[in-house]
Amino acid sequence: MATTKPRSLPLSKRGLNFEMLMWLFTRLSALAMYALILFAIIGALIMGARTQMNLADVLRWGFMPNSTHVQSTDVPDLAPWSTPLWRVAGSLLLLVAVAHGMHGLVVIADDYIVSSRGRNIVRILSIIMVIAFSAMGLYIIWTS
Amino acid sequence: MSLKRNVSLATGLRYRGQGPMLTYVLHRIGGLGMAIFVAMHILASYLGGDIGGLLNDIYENWAFQIFVFFCALFHAINGLRITILDLFPKLIEHSREAIWIEWAVFIPVYGIAVFVILSTALGG
Repeated sequence: MATTKPRSLPLSKRGLNFEMLMWLFTRLSALAMYALILFAIIGALIMGARTQMNLADVLRWGFMPNSTHVQSTDVPDLAPWSTPLWRVAGSLLLLVAVAHGMHGLVVIADDYIVSSRGRNIVRILSIIMVIAFSAMGLYIIWTS
Repeated sequence: MSLKRNVSLATGLRYRGQGPMLTYVLHRIGGLGMAIFVAMHILASYLGGDIGGLLNDIYENWAFQIFVFFCALFHAINGLRITILDLFPKLIEHSREAIWIEWAVFIPVYGIAVFVILSTALGG
């Protein structure tokens, strides 16, 4: 094996580029999703989930605070579960999760698709899918 | 410039990455699984009707729930470990121990969840 000089640069010369920012975004969005899910679960417990929902339903609400997720439980009134606060929280979780997930798919695709043409196609497809899934998700959250 | 690996699939499969490699593989499977699930779920909710009902039937099945909960829980716990170690690089020294802590959290939580899912699904 031929010896090659290491291609990594010291931190001070690396600067910021899009891939580095997405690397950071992946970590920070993970923390943001933890915070949003915790917020939704605490909110559910305050709104009476402790006596009206089982653990699976609380988690379903936690992973996406959308009122359709509590329809089949013993909650007497859906109104407190479909306030603008929860729609905004759900929208934030949706946008962060779609961006995090789609970037993850691009990272996986880059391991197998190595031509620059192929990688460009993957990126264009990923942008289209981020927009499409965000739009569909927002439509569901704000019309349900 | 394209990448050439010079490693065959057979050699790749014989690679012994041990614990860290296992978490990497499971993190990837979990991420893919969740991406497919969330995409299906958004599509089903958006489309509704027969297609939506069919997709709903698939992910309300207990076997699919066990799979998706594995994906979500492992990806969440492993992702938290990666985030903590990456944001505090001094902790990298303890990465092996971090993986053991991760399993110590994952196995009981996942075990209880599988027990609850199965006893609800099969016990009625």
